[in-house]
Amino acid sequence: VLSLTVQPRCKIIRFILIQNRAGKTRLAKWYMQFDDDEKQKLIEEVHAVVTVRDAKHTNFVEFRNFKIIYRRYAGLYFCICVDVTDNNLAYLEAIHNFVEVLNEYFHNVCELDLVFNFYKVYTVVDEMFLAGEIRETSQTKVLKQLLMLQSLE
Amino acid sequence: MPAPIRLRELIRTIRTARTQAEEREMIQKECAAIRSSFREEDNTYRCRNVAKLLYMHMLGYPAHFGQLECLKLIASQKFTDKRIGYLGAMLLLDERQDVHLLMTNCIKNDLNHSTQYVQGLALCTLGCMGSSEMCRDLAGEVEKLLKTSNSYLRKKAALCAVHVIRKVPELMEMFLPATKNLLSEKNHGVLHTSVVLLTEMCERSPDMLSHFRKLVPQLVRILKNLIMSGYSPEHDVSGISDPFLQVRILRLLRILGKGDDDSSEAMNDILAQVATNTETSKNVGNAILYETVLTIMDIKSESGLRVLAINILGRFLLNNDKNIRYVALTSLLKTVQTDHNAVQRHRSTIVDCLKDLDVSIKRRAMELSFALVNGNNIRGMMKELLYFLDSCDPDFKADCASGIFLAAEKYAPSKRWHIDTIMRVLTTAGSYVRDDSVPNLIQLITNSVEMHAYTVQRLYKALLDDISQQPLVQVASWCIGEYGDLLVSGQCEEEEPIQVSEDEVLDVLEGLLVSNLSTPVTRGYSLTAIMKLSTRFSSLNRIKKVVSIYGSSIDVELQQRAVEYNALFKKYDHMRPALLERMPIMEKTATNGPSETVQTNGETDSTILDTKHLPSISQPASQANDLLDLLGGNDVVPIIQTTVPTKPASAGGELLDLLGDLSLTVIPPMTAYNKNGLIIEFTFERSNPNPNIAVITIHATNSTEADMTEFVFQAAVPKTFQLQLLSPSSNVVPAFNQGSVTQVIRVLNPQKQQLRMRIKLTYTHKGSPVQDLAEVNNFPPQSWQ
Repeated sequence: VLSLTVQPRCKIIRFILIQNRAGKTRLAKWYMQFDDDEKQKLIEEVHAVVTVRDAKHTNFVEFRNFKIIYRRYAGLYFCICVDVTDNNLAYLEAIHNFVEVLNEYFHNVCELDLVFNFYKVYTVVDEMFLAGEIRETSQTKVLKQLLMLQSLE
Repeated sequence: MPAPIRLRELIRTIRTARTQAEEREMIQKECAAIRSSFREEDNTYRCRNVAKLLYMHMLGYPAHFGQLECLKLIASQKFTDKRIGYLGAMLLLDERQDVHLLMTNCIKNDLNHSTQYVQGLALCTLGCMGSSEMCRDLAGEVEKLLKTSNSYLRKKAALCAVHVIRKVPELMEMFLPATKNLLSEKNHGVLHTSVVLLTEMCERSPDMLSHFRKLVPQLVRILKNLIMSGYSPEHDVSGISDPFLQVRILRLLRILGKGDDDSSEAMNDILAQVATNTETSKNVGNAILYETVLTIMDIKSESGLRVLAINILGRFLLNNDKNIRYVALTSLLKTVQTDHNAVQRHRSTIVDCLKDLDVSIKRRAMELSFALVNGNNIRGMMKELLYFLDSCDPDFKADCASGIFLAAEKYAPSKRWHIDTIMRVLTTAGSYVRDDSVPNLIQLITNSVEMHAYTVQRLYKALLDDISQQPLVQVASWCIGEYGDLLVSGQCEEEEPIQVSEDEVLDVLEGLLVSNLSTPVTRGYSLTAIMKLSTRFSSLNRIKKVVSIYGSSIDVELQQRAVEYNALFKKYDHMRPALLERMPIMEKTATNGPSETVQTNGETDSTILDTKHLPSISQPASQANDLLDLLGGNDVVPIIQTTVPTKPASAGGELLDLLGDLSLTVIPPMTAYNKNGLIIEFTFERSNPNPNIAVITIHATNSTEADMTEFVFQAAVPKTFQLQLLSPSSNVVPAFNQGSVTQVIRVLNPQKQQLRMRIKLTYTHKGSPVQDLAEVNNFPPQSWQ
């Protein structure tokens, strides 16, 4: 049995995943300790659970002892795993916020952008989330920071 | 050695692979090249190589040999190196790796770096995956950065502090001074992360919680500004100003207001304002409203506000977006016990959700519907629920059927309706009904005497249609066995009686015996039913034949029954009519002992129960366990005490009158306890239907000059007994023998053993708590013989 519980009622994001329909991971950000094989198992399970759902399902899935908030954009599934008592609707907005930033940063982002610039995608995540919490929500601010970081390269 | 290939090129190459094997080959080749490059200690290309390694790691290939290289990159002076190094650390170096700690020094240096972006990288890494040791070492640096004026760093430092507190809760105190001015920030990002930090601290420590309560007015002000302010392009989402911050503030308010009257009052207005002013056309607004509802329900809000919250949820139910409906149903389920009437108003919308397409919505709607059923709406609700039962997924059927049975039992408007409903469930979802419902139903049918003819007729007709659903078949066989005479005599009043002969009935029952669809249990039922009909029908020979055939059945259970019934026909024929006569009305067994009494757990929600009425009934279960220990453990059954003391129990008074009328069979009363002015007397009575139960009433009187308040009486008995304590008449034993506290104890003593009891008394006398234990062994023999 995988130990996926932190202290009871800990409202932390457990992980953020971006996967395509075939199951390939484009981003995996973990905010909790997992073994490599645990991580692999989780990725496979999330993929299995999320891809069978279609438009008539809600964007929330009960998963083990918490839940996944997800949304599909073209061929990619953006999933955030949170505590069962968390506000579903707010995280749905957070996902959308994140996607809009990606879109702006990569100028009409597509999957290949995420593949070839995977380390930049992590940078975007780190600008918007930290320690399993939402950090910065202003798209303009985030984009400004990202451009600054880019200029340092 | 040629320069290692660029990251882009590698990615492109790998993507051209057509099979998994081809990809693996490419990866292996590249890994080998990278390994030799690492061995050469080449600084220029290290960054590129690690980036490639990370990409391959993301595809699922092992990359641990790059761990040390990440460390070297972190230690480098170039920003591009550091950045890939830290990313590598976050991806490859979790707490379990030995080299993890080596990062500590690098991070420490980088936290003090001159460039904020490097400091940012360090904070980010520490905040995402720092171990407890690292957090301990570096907490001081984080605290320093929390006080800096650079908002970019302050945000990161705040969340990093959250991570530190999660890992090492003892360090929370350290961050307290830095939190003083956090909320006066104008920068939304800092404000947001500060609220997160405060939330984390309040959730973890009750002291912090009380300390931060004084921030409520400030939080209310900030929230107000957010709502009232005009368009702010930076934080706007669909016309709403920084919804994420609003949600976080609402959550913090919830934690601060919970259980505290003053804080709750201070936030009442703003909550009402948010609830009424937020735009609901998009998901954003609804997210805020949802958080508001959660807060209103959790704090001590006035009833008007609560009704407002439930109405918001009701509106959510009508929303087109299924996400919102789902969220509403989940919350309504949580509040239906406490705000029952308010939720009732939305019943029809909830019932509509039974027809939704999403499985999780349907399930919640079903649970809610059952919670809302009452005597007034039972007919309408049941119609909907039965319709739902017909069409729902198999996973739901068992739960739905059980729910329907429970609801029908509690609120059935008439016996006929009840039986009809049961019939409907059995015929539509018969195979999903739980096993224990069969005996329950049989009991129900037995007790509805006037409906016997109607019931057996309907069941018979159902059997003619379908014999595959075992619970239905079992109940039907039993009924036919019992009431077959009513069936053939055509006595039904409720509907048109059918014409059926004895042979036809026996045909059906015999059909069950031979059918492949019948389980062994069902066969047993039908054989017994056939046997019973021997006293109700006249075709004795046929029945005898059937019974004797099964005397050699392979099924041992059937064989045994058949052989015994055969014996009934032969040697014991004189007993047969008496043995097989109509079953009497069955009473539901009342002697289930402690499991039937209501248990208060110590976590009773203080907003529901008025705590004034429950002085000392907290955690009776643990006190019962104390008694267990005292009695030497093994031979005692713990007692669970009932809840709120009600008005003076009339049981005591009636008991005394009864005793006055009874003649020689009276059991003498006894003094169980006499100490410090407190006298406890036991008076006895036999419980009429069951002679194994002794009903003891305790009378506690107080001859001292001060009242004994918060009086609690507890008792424990040896294992062979079962004990049930009912509510006491009050908790105060008045002084000067001016009155008494009475309480009824029922003791079940099936083995007629000598009654022993250990009692524990707790009360407050003249301001100080008193506790005493005593053994009661002087029970009069008549009380247990």
